[in-house]
Amino acid sequence: MVDQTGRIGMPRGNLPPLELHVPEPRFRPGDPVDYSWLDIPGAGELPRFDEACEARETMPATLGMVRVLDGKHRAVGPWDPRLDPETLRRILRTMALTRAFDDRMYRGQRQGKTSFYMKCTGEEAVSVAHAYALAGDDMVFPSYRQQGILIARDYPLVEMVNQIYSNRADRLKGRQLPIMYSARDYGFFTISGNLATQFPQAVGWAMASAIKGDTRIATSFVGEGSSAEGDFHAAMTFAAVYNAPVILNVVNNQWAISSFSGFAGAERSTFAARAVGYGIAGLRVDGNDALAVYAATQWAANRARANKGPTLIEHFTYRAEGHSTSDDPSAYRSAHEREEWPLGDPVMRLARHLIALGEWDDERHAAMDREVAEEVKAAAKAAEKNGVLGHGFHHPFHTMFEDVFEDLPWNLREQAEQAIREREAKWPDARSPGTGEEGEGA
Amino acid sequence: MNMIEAINDALHVMMGHDPDVVVFGEDVGYFGGVFRATAGLQAKFGKMRVFDTPINECGIIGAAVGMAAYGLRPVPEIQFADYIYPGLDQLISEAARLRYRSAGEFTAPITVRSPFGGGIFGGQTHSQSPEALFTHVSGLKTVIPSTPHDAKGLLIAAIEDNDPVIFFEPKRIYNGPFDGYYDHPSKTWKNYPGGQVPEGYYSIPLGKARTVREGSAMTVLVYGTMVHVAEAVLAEKGVDAEILDLRTLWPLDIEAVEKSVQKTGKCLVIHEATRTSGFGAELVSLVQERCFYHLEVPIERVTGFDTPYPHSLEWAYFPGPVRIGDAVDRLMKE
Repeated sequence: MVDQTGRIGMPRGNLPPLELHVPEPRFRPGDPVDYSWLDIPGAGELPRFDEACEARETMPATLGMVRVLDGKHRAVGPWDPRLDPETLRRILRTMALTRAFDDRMYRGQRQGKTSFYMKCTGEEAVSVAHAYALAGDDMVFPSYRQQGILIARDYPLVEMVNQIYSNRADRLKGRQLPIMYSARDYGFFTISGNLATQFPQAVGWAMASAIKGDTRIATSFVGEGSSAEGDFHAAMTFAAVYNAPVILNVVNNQWAISSFSGFAGAERSTFAARAVGYGIAGLRVDGNDALAVYAATQWAANRARANKGPTLIEHFTYRAEGHSTSDDPSAYRSAHEREEWPLGDPVMRLARHLIALGEWDDERHAAMDREVAEEVKAAAKAAEKNGVLGHGFHHPFHTMFEDVFEDLPWNLREQAEQAIREREAKWPDARSPGTGEEGEGA
Repeated sequence: MNMIEAINDALHVMMGHDPDVVVFGEDVGYFGGVFRATAGLQAKFGKMRVFDTPINECGIIGAAVGMAAYGLRPVPEIQFADYIYPGLDQLISEAARLRYRSAGEFTAPITVRSPFGGGIFGGQTHSQSPEALFTHVSGLKTVIPSTPHDAKGLLIAAIEDNDPVIFFEPKRIYNGPFDGYYDHPSKTWKNYPGGQVPEGYYSIPLGKARTVREGSAMTVLVYGTMVHVAEAVLAEKGVDAEILDLRTLWPLDIEAVEKSVQKTGKCLVIHEATRTSGFGAELVSLVQERCFYHLEVPIERVTGFDTPYPHSLEWAYFPGPVRIGDAVDRLMKE
């Protein structure tokens, strides 16, 4: 409109000053926790959509939740994947092994054997059940809390510990931060510390698989926090445009270090609901229900393999531990959050389901826990023989300059020589213990 | 053959040669790219191997990384080098480090093609020369041809290379060499030796400079469009300069640089990019470190100004014959 002065635009009148909303989590340290605001649909309520349905038809699944295990530990409803007890026990054991591995490596970090560790406690079902629902040669572009996928695929634990301890047997030559594995032969892409970068890469891999007429699909993970990165949206656009055979997973564990999910937009919508705007199928799944994660993954994998396109899965879960060994969650969130998380613990929920089926009992569970702890202990001991970070064996200096390019250019040749000269000045007695030069040779 | 045709030819050769080569980018499919570099490829090799993309450089390069991890050889186009920044994280943190961080398990044999540089009245968003950014990145190779012959041979080598390559195409000389005088009649590649492009497959090794002309009065280190400007200015001044077209900025052909500067005792570094922290700074440092006792006079550096590329004042910005001529005079006075 045009006002009396001839200016174009709306008059302001007596409007209140504009203001921003800065999200604030519901509970801070010391606060009692009340989860009654959280709307969690009942198990078995959500219909199972046809795997070939239009993406927009999945809208109810992006606002509701795929849940299979009910309050009485029964598998109910159309999403029940009807797994046999043997498979259920294997999934349970893999989750328990993942938890035992995390516990041991966490202690290893506290004992100074490595610089850093990240547990996935409370999120074991997200990676383990996902891996069980894929084909073994489907390609995973993981983030940093999917160690359960490597474990589910029987990647040797000792190799994982070698990587975490950055010792001379670490196949990544001690270059990567602990837990940033790479295992091409296990369909596990090298992990980056830059968040969400793997999302468009997974789409590219899936596109390549389609270009070559392959039948393998790709799957990728981000945390809900990094769904705010541009890469997330690039991946969603590319996946939708080319109908790429990919599963894009958002692990909504409520916290991105100390920023709660509201800073990624969780107050406005579910993360799964973002799918439909892109023309991608979306599912929100109870991430602490292994059967639900399995069912959702299986649905998405079948859909991708049938050329029906990508799926975004939001795994609704809770990060029971700190972000990493460098984090102290008691400084920013209520301790009761974890205790009262209404979706429970994924390991215990699956165990109780098996018990309810008459296929498991407390004694077998206790025996399994002892067994996986022993397995992890043996792997850690074996890896320690190859050294731990900062003490003992690491890779020779020259490896620092390898793999920058396929061939060593002149500048890296010169710098490698410099590093070797410096070594002599820094550690004149290069063979004495603790210098880290034992592996270097004379 | 002009440079665009040579690049197009290289892509045809390599797509025919290797079924794992895929070409994609904004407008590259049916239309063949805004500069026509990918014309005819989709018709010949199909939509699965040559296709348009969303306007999303992060997605273009990120998808290329995933495709490379699968085993393809992606050749994505970034429509103008100025638009590459949204894809930088994928290029710098991912593609360039994939081999290193996975200890060789995964590699990224990607060739990112992108027209760069000014001289076509592209304003500040279609004229930048960001090559120095990429030479700073461990694990990336930076290649810039200056003739159609080199463009084809170097592009073929880049696509065959097992490391990620950023291939900057000096768009001012897509259609003909350029002497730096914007009011001179435009030339075509037809009558230049560099415009003679052999048919079929040939490659020019990365990391090797080309001696444009031999000489003894000074060494000129230059690449891209500026090769031709330098050649014209020095010919006009009658200076017996040795002109080295670097062709691959990194890994640099340090042997050729050292050999030439040690012979001539004088060094002139020319590029179109902004001056401060430009690639010229690296060249000057290297020459100073490695050829100091052979130098008769201080090294001269001719560059663009430290401003964004202005539209109407493009020719005032461009490091043309006057700026280069002054530097040559200073070097020759001693």
